[in-house]
Amino acid sequence: MPFIPHTEQDIKSMLASIGAKNIDALFDEIPAALKSGKLTAVGDGLNEMQVSRLMRERAAQDIQPLNFIGAGAYEHHIPAAVWEIATRGEYYTAYTPYQAEASQGTLQVLYEYQTMIASLTGMDASNASLYDGASGLAEAILMAVRAHKTSRRVLLPATASPLYRSVAHSIVKLQNIELVEIPFDTATGTVDLKALEQHAGTDIAALVIPQPNFFGALEDVDALTDWAHAQNALAIALVNPLTLALLKAPGQWGSRGADIAVGDGQPLGAPLSSGGPYFGFMCCKQALVRQMPGRIIGRTVDLDGKPGFTLTLQAREQHIRRAKATSNICSNQGLMVTAAAIHMALLGADGLRRVAAASHANMQALAALAGGVQGVKRLFSAPHFHEVVLRLPKSSAAVLAGMAGQGVSGGFDLQPHYPQLGNAILVCATETKTDEDLQRYVAALRHALQ
Amino acid sequence: MSNPSNLKYTASHEWVRSEADGTISIGITQHAQELLGDMVFVETPAVGRKLKAKEECAVVESVKAAADVYAPVAGEVTAVNSELDSAPEKINDAPYAAWMFKMKPDNAADVAALMDAAAYQAVVDSEAH
Repeated sequence: MPFIPHTEQDIKSMLASIGAKNIDALFDEIPAALKSGKLTAVGDGLNEMQVSRLMRERAAQDIQPLNFIGAGAYEHHIPAAVWEIATRGEYYTAYTPYQAEASQGTLQVLYEYQTMIASLTGMDASNASLYDGASGLAEAILMAVRAHKTSRRVLLPATASPLYRSVAHSIVKLQNIELVEIPFDTATGTVDLKALEQHAGTDIAALVIPQPNFFGALEDVDALTDWAHAQNALAIALVNPLTLALLKAPGQWGSRGADIAVGDGQPLGAPLSSGGPYFGFMCCKQALVRQMPGRIIGRTVDLDGKPGFTLTLQAREQHIRRAKATSNICSNQGLMVTAAAIHMALLGADGLRRVAAASHANMQALAALAGGVQGVKRLFSAPHFHEVVLRLPKSSAAVLAGMAGQGVSGGFDLQPHYPQLGNAILVCATETKTDEDLQRYVAALRHALQ
Repeated sequence: MSNPSNLKYTASHEWVRSEADGTISIGITQHAQELLGDMVFVETPAVGRKLKAKEECAVVESVKAAADVYAPVAGEVTAVNSELDSAPEKINDAPYAAWMFKMKPDNAADVAALMDAAAYQAVVDSEAH
């Protein structure tokens, strides 16, 4: 029996005071199409043995396509030791500890994660994680507006992930924050600097700088960071942490470095798993640390001078500041961050560099091969990291479906998000692909185009 | 420590000092700093910001809590005390010397209408019961 402290009378009086007919009415804003209360494909009254068998049979029908889709979630090799260690009993319930200081092991792992991600981004401080990259971007925008104090306008380039932009809009639009889209240069695939310049001298709290951007292209981060600072705006780096093994760390962008670095930590040890759970990371300069949402672990000494770990800078969190808290991020993605810390520790700086370099090399090889297919054109002249945009001579949706029929996930269809690019797809190659895989991609593409 | 009689006070525990140039300096009272404990951070408003009376405009953060500071009257922020950035403990050491920000009041009569030291002491005493 569930523990429900409210009596029927309590529930009635609460519903009456907000004018709702019944509890179901509280969920009216969820579209009916999204409510799937019934498992119609699973019969009633099955016992455990029958359900196990059914699920095994269904699982065997899952195909294992050769995956060339990135677009925010990346297939990387995860050493077996990562999840072997992360799922040990001591770590497996890595949920926010409520008697935090009694959980010294958990705090130490989080502290070491913070140290690693701050080092990778070249920033002063890190929190103990956020939910994911998309909500992380929204938190970075809120943080920048808090820190700027006077402006509530943030410039958000169209080269940032359309999915992230959609989430950011959902979270900040009701908080009287204006997000201004900056178009991209259709030749380079990067932020249109002339369009950006039109905002010079206006009231700007922050500029979001995606690196690599959603097209996989490298932005001129030094120029963009300096431009933001010249406007008295904060520079928010939206980055893929793996790429920072090779690319310049946000803390070194331009003459003063980015102010906030944020992104999705999935490439650091989290499997694709149909979209999650992943985790968001957030780092900042020392001067902004009190505006950073979420939990922060610090190292300290106890009464006897012995080192230990503690939750720090908590005065602005919800358990103390209630409705006026800096954020209401009450948990962190503890288990995913534990895996990320183990993943980074096992690969080391050199291992991360090799993964990043191999991914880049595979993308270059794939782009060259695919560019040789009749009618296929590589778009955008800027350097790319491990994703590239291809324009196809036929419907992108039809070509991708044709490739899927051959067991190849051929890319992310850009058509719905960037119709001005025509039949364009975003293709990713990581270190997991062999030369044979690349050949198979090109053969499937040729076949789908026939 | 008694509350200086040359200052004005608010029920939200700010003190207000009228300066010769027509601005007012604002800080938090002895009673407020005692309740909050050791200060670790002070967040001041942007210079030039226009404030309504009783608007939240600054935050004082101690080891155990973060509390809002309110504009005592309507007006514009003219200066902030940047010394507190690196030495917030000055609020604990000498609360009536550690001003946080200055304002130019829209209306001088608003300042005159604030509580005097005796009236503020009565507010503090009533909270103690």
